[in-house]
Amino acid sequence: MAPAVTLRAAVALLGQFPVLAGVDLDVEEGSVVGVLGPNGAGKTSLLQLLAGLLALRSGSGSVMGCDLMGDRRDLRQRVGLLGHSPALYPELSAAENLRFGLRAMRRPVTDAADALERVGLTGRLSAAPARTLSAGQSRRMGLAWLLARRPALWLLDEPHAGLDIGGRDLCDEVIEQAAAGGATVVFASHDPERAAKVSNQVVQLAGGAVASSFEGQRPSHVA
Amino acid sequence: MWRDAVLVCGKDLRIELRTRVLLWQVVPFGVLTLVLFALALGPSTTELQRGAPGLLWLALLFASVLATTRSASIETPDGTRSSIRLLGLDAGGVFLGKAAALAAQLLVIAAVLELGLLVFFHVNAARLGIATPLELCAIAALAAVGTLYGAVVAGTDVAGTLLPLLVLPALAPVLIAGEKGTAAVLAGGGPGRWAIVLLVMAVAYLAVGTLLYGSLEEPT
Amino acid sequence: MDRALGPTSVALVAVTVWLGLWVTPPDETQGNFVRLLYLHPALAWVALYLAFGLAALSSALYLWPRTRSQRWDLLAASTVEVGVVFLTLTLATGMLWGRPVWGVWWTWDARLTSTALLELLFIGYLAMRRVPADPHVRARRCAVLALLAGLDVPIVHYSVQWWNGLHQDQSVLVGGFHFKIHGSMLWTLLLSFVAMTVVFAWMVRRRYELAVRESAVADAALHEAVLERRAEGVR
Repeated sequence: MAPAVTLRAAVALLGQFPVLAGVDLDVEEGSVVGVLGPNGAGKTSLLQLLAGLLALRSGSGSVMGCDLMGDRRDLRQRVGLLGHSPALYPELSAAENLRFGLRAMRRPVTDAADALERVGLTGRLSAAPARTLSAGQSRRMGLAWLLARRPALWLLDEPHAGLDIGGRDLCDEVIEQAAAGGATVVFASHDPERAAKVSNQVVQLAGGAVASSFEGQRPSHVA
Repeated sequence: MWRDAVLVCGKDLRIELRTRVLLWQVVPFGVLTLVLFALALGPSTTELQRGAPGLLWLALLFASVLATTRSASIETPDGTRSSIRLLGLDAGGVFLGKAAALAAQLLVIAAVLELGLLVFFHVNAARLGIATPLELCAIAALAAVGTLYGAVVAGTDVAGTLLPLLVLPALAPVLIAGEKGTAAVLAGGGPGRWAIVLLVMAVAYLAVGTLLYGSLEEPT
Repeated sequence: MDRALGPTSVALVAVTVWLGLWVTPPDETQGNFVRLLYLHPALAWVALYLAFGLAALSSALYLWPRTRSQRWDLLAASTVEVGVVFLTLTLATGMLWGRPVWGVWWTWDARLTSTALLELLFIGYLAMRRVPADPHVRARRCAVLALLAGLDVPIVHYSVQWWNGLHQDQSVLVGGFHFKIHGSMLWTLLLSFVAMTVVFAWMVRRRYELAVRESAVADAALHEAVLERRAEGVR
């Protein structure tokens, strides 16, 4: 199977600061990779790079067949990102945000309601302005967006943060469901146990580079 | 491109209807500007009528800077900008959509300012109505220029102070042509070539914006 | 050729000054104030057309993916900086000339107004360059600004015809190649254009070289920064 992600000595900058200082990484298509590391290690920047939102300054990189040194617009349409900050528009409701996104991507807007129901944002929660949602509810809205959008590459930045126990289990189910459907998942986490449980591979970042890597507990080929 | 333009325009207008920033902040600011101008000119009807064309366009210019800042700030939050970039919207469509939404808001502001002009500056309502084609061209130019410059400063820490410095010199031809055209109309003539100047400016900036907006949306 | 630019520009300016101050006669109506015109139109031409035209072209080449290179951005920034200096001198010499000849330091005719607006537009460009931002993002945004400001240059060029202001009509060329000014005044005026063009080229060359060196220093610092960053992970 062709690798979904290949990075060699990848350096990326924020201003003049090298947030990524020579990352080597291979991610097989259809696998789940957890990225661990202390604050400031470069986890978020790595996800931004893989999403095509951060430019590659030096080294080489290929994500979903797209060269990171080239035009990244094609890549961005194949990627779904769950970031730290709530996505889309705080003034619109969760349902309106999802419908806007789906229309923009020429997808059926009916998928929005199904996705919101899956993550437990129904009734008032789906109709209220997104800025009134709690941190955990915003996270669920972000997951709903990825469920509705169904990208080939899922990038999740600390997806369990702000979620209650039920929410974290839901998140793990969603990750497993995405991988079972053929998507590749890369997620950043501060929870080594949970990360190892759901991943094929766990990568430890430090100082903007991969410090170590070990196998996760998720079997490589899941029916 | 047009489909995305309609989508983005609808989204911006929906957000405006939800938040009412235009209604509660920008329009009152425009009216306040007219009142302050009237105070500065004094109570003489002759002076007020003579200054009316220029002050109308000056008030509209200042209000449009506020409206432009607001339009650009809709996509300022980090998470929002990242998410929008991943949607694959046509950049030209986004530009046209945002410009159309801004133009709709500027039409509302202009209508209120004209009412203010009738009340505070004693201008002739029928003559002012003849200036409508000129106004529409000017609003198209204001919206195109504002949307483009708004994108230039979007995401910077100094957007609030930098935008007026960048956009007002670019909008000065709108002020000049708008004032001269309106003055000509109020004096009994037609807007003449000034409407054409504004139309050319609007078309030029809409075309350039459609081509260049994608460059501004490209992240690091 | 690079080394010759400096001495050549000094020599040309020296000859222009000599001709302008001592050789050419005073004007019938303007008297000795006409000598400012051996500076003013040349400064204006360099600023409005050469500097900002080059800035717009460099910016377009930066934005075009096939030709994108940081050097175009540095060249655009250098020409705008030098262009703003030339434009400021244009306005200053114009005011010095206008006060005794027109009786006013400033008038709001079309050409002066458009020139002042262009100056403000490019000062805005320089303000944008100083905003803390990712260099590539800043380069793209400044390139767009330069192109938008460049839209104003044709307005300046045709402003005399459009708005019929107080400013001098095109003094040298009138409908083809029939020159209005004759004799030594004409040659001095033409020489001043050549001199200012060479001065501009020299200043831009120097500024561009400085910008390239600054960029090289930043690149060298980047290598150190990457090593330091990686060392964070080892501690």
